[in-house]
Amino acid sequence: MQVDLTTIFSARRILTMNPNRPEATHVAVRDGRILGVGPLDELVGWGPHTLDTRFADKVLMPGLVEGHSHVSEGTFWRYLYLGRFDRMDPDGKVWPGAASIEEVVARLQAADAKMGAGTEPLSGWGLDPIYYGERRVTRQDLDRVSTTRPVGVMHASGHIFNVNSRALELAALLRPRVNHPGVPLGADGLPTGELKGPDAMTLAGKHIGFDREVLANDEPGLRQFARLCVRQGVTTATDLANLLPPDAVAMMRRVTDEAAFPVRIMSFRRFQGVTPQQAVDHVVDLRDQSTEMLRLGAIKLFVDGSIQGFSARLRWPGYYNGAPNGLWYTIPGQIRELYHLALEQGILVHSHTNGDQATEMALDCLEQALRDEPARDHRFTLQHCQLADAAQFRRMKALGMCVNLFPNHHFYWGDQHYATTVGPERAMRMNACATALATGVPMAIHSDAPVTPLGPLFTAWCAVNRLTASGRTLGTEERIGVADALRTITLGAAYTLRLDGEVGSIEVGKRADFAVLEDDPLEIGAERLKDVRIWGTVQGGRVFPAADV
Amino acid sequence: MSVSVTVIGGFLGAGKTTLVNHLLRNAGGLRIAVLVNDFGALPIDSDLIVGSDGDTLEISGGCICCSYGSDLMEALLDLPQRRPGIDRVLIETSGVALPGMVASAVGLLEAYALDGIVVLADAETVRRHAADAYLGDTITRQLAAADLLVLNRCDLIAAEVRDETLRWLEGQAPNGRVVPAERSVVPAELVLGLRGGDRAAGALRAPGGIAASVLYESVELTVDRTVDVDRLARSLAAPDAGVLRAKGCLRDASGRLVVLQIVGRRFECTDAPAGATPGTLVAIGLRGQLDRAAIDRALEETYFSS
Repeated sequence: MQVDLTTIFSARRILTMNPNRPEATHVAVRDGRILGVGPLDELVGWGPHTLDTRFADKVLMPGLVEGHSHVSEGTFWRYLYLGRFDRMDPDGKVWPGAASIEEVVARLQAADAKMGAGTEPLSGWGLDPIYYGERRVTRQDLDRVSTTRPVGVMHASGHIFNVNSRALELAALLRPRVNHPGVPLGADGLPTGELKGPDAMTLAGKHIGFDREVLANDEPGLRQFARLCVRQGVTTATDLANLLPPDAVAMMRRVTDEAAFPVRIMSFRRFQGVTPQQAVDHVVDLRDQSTEMLRLGAIKLFVDGSIQGFSARLRWPGYYNGAPNGLWYTIPGQIRELYHLALEQGILVHSHTNGDQATEMALDCLEQALRDEPARDHRFTLQHCQLADAAQFRRMKALGMCVNLFPNHHFYWGDQHYATTVGPERAMRMNACATALATGVPMAIHSDAPVTPLGPLFTAWCAVNRLTASGRTLGTEERIGVADALRTITLGAAYTLRLDGEVGSIEVGKRADFAVLEDDPLEIGAERLKDVRIWGTVQGGRVFPAADV
Repeated sequence: MSVSVTVIGGFLGAGKTTLVNHLLRNAGGLRIAVLVNDFGALPIDSDLIVGSDGDTLEISGGCICCSYGSDLMEALLDLPQRRPGIDRVLIETSGVALPGMVASAVGLLEAYALDGIVVLADAETVRRHAADAYLGDTITRQLAAADLLVLNRCDLIAAEVRDETLRWLEGQAPNGRVVPAERSVVPAELVLGLRGGDRAAGALRAPGGIAASVLYESVELTVDRTVDVDRLARSLAAPDAGVLRAKGCLRDASGRLVVLQIVGRRFECTDAPAGATPGTLVAIGLRGQLDRAAIDRALEETYFSS
């Protein structure tokens, strides 16, 4: 019988994120935890062991931590991918980006042909027509795919659908005199098939396969998400905003507890439809249901909307194109109350603030809450926080806040931010990683998958290079170094989740969570950081090769 | 037949919940579904509640109250199956929601028809809130969307402040009509438009009760000639007529029966349902502001010569 076996992995290089020993060649693992890291001769003192050399030519990093993702990234792969850029699916297949609307239509036509006759919906995702010039996608485009089955495609932002005439018909929207800002009309007076915002989208969603009830509590989606995590070297990932009803919690506990489930999930309770007191009570109860692999007991709050959707709250001078200011998603008094009650109970709150006015509001609310309920190590985190200026980072520091910035935005929408949403100066300041680090605000960076692809090394590349899709470097001074970026996608993110004592670095006592890399991220060069090949992960001492996950 | 929807907006503390309770108490047999953003702050007076089931409260008189969280559309889509026979829907928006956007959303659903947007403002705080760095533009956008703007808690401020605030509000809501109120007491007839029966067929009645008759008056006219209904609607919805709400079932030049409805400056002319009795026009306005002569004149001008 094999009891308490110690395995010592050898590696080409181990990047530990522990300043006491930044690099090593061996790591010893017992009971899923790190027994020690260092040269082999130091580790053998732990007694009998197996020397595992399968990583001898690989580079190990702490398992990557994705501090802002959604499990729906796994769900969406059941739909047809129609994005502009190449993207890897849970099977490891890379779907090439669609270069034109014609190509989008052709892929849908091919998928339709495979489905044969019938009226079941054909659903796609990831569409981003801003890359195809001024022309919008219309129902006539999608009618070329099918006039008998509903066809619907979700945009990359998640805030817009394009649907065909059949889907409009089923949603009772194929009629004249529809008067709604989210439903543009064509020259014929009928909707063009673009449905913007949750109200218009809800009407079509269930007819095109995007039924909310299907998307919630999705066990196959969770499994697919976990496979993607392995492919991206991720061993801890957030599910940032879930209503966490009992059946969803039960499903997630059961699935994450399986012997072969490869990623620790931290699921935040979305603050919605309940009072601050009810939310905190619910989460206090959930906290006790946490397991090693499913962490519960934190709250996600939405303060405003999105910048590219013009629903983020901006301070003066507002949107570059003159669009009216965005929307508050939560009443300020409720934010204060929620912060207060959460501080009282030691509950972690992460707040979505895209615009700088939303950030200011969250800072004000926390400042007031802390006055009433002083707390020393709350780690309340501003998520996205894309437009924060230096003074706001100083306030975050003073209030003990963390930030989780969104550098992927530069690549995907940086050109639009420059030209349309916030203008050049604020576009160059956006996601001010260097300022955050210089100010000493604990920082993570994220993908917000499925909004942009899950992949912390890609996110790190974005933070290091700040390149837009068109090749513009957006804010040279806010670039950060590779070493800082690597620390940010491991220990940095773990800190914002209060998990830095367990994961985020390779040192004695912590979970044996590693990203196993073919290339050395410190050697490959800053401009190629995203090209680091990922072999797989080790999670809790269990080895997960991406090749057969 | 589409169900009438009234959107009730206004910032936190403006009196939305009090108004909803007041309307439920004076529903006069209407089966009202109240949709609230959440059940946080006790949306319904406890003596009105006869039962509860998850996110639905049963209210005496066949009314219900449901919370919709973030998904108003889903709640509206589900409502007819969940509770057939609802006569009216009141949507109480969250304190930072824009009622104009909620009203647009209602317009996407064929099963519903927007009756009007009622926005409440707290007489003591509305101007301060409207100047708030964070909330100011949200408050002014709420006010600007109103068909009927209720300046609430007028009992708590001096008469001259009230009058000044009323004038200020008129400037904020160019398409709305402003009325003063205390404790959210506004005649149910004014907000709901009718008692009993469906939206188009039921007749508008004059506000009842002592409180209402001090503040409001109404006129009831018999119209036995054919009318240019659209033109009449425009005249009555113009500010000088002093009409807050009007309804009539009238015959146009082609002999078609048309139901005319006005809330503030919003008007709508639709084909009358079968069985509607033509010939009556009722208008409600603030006492002293409802201009009977202007209404007569408007009618005179829109009669078709036969």
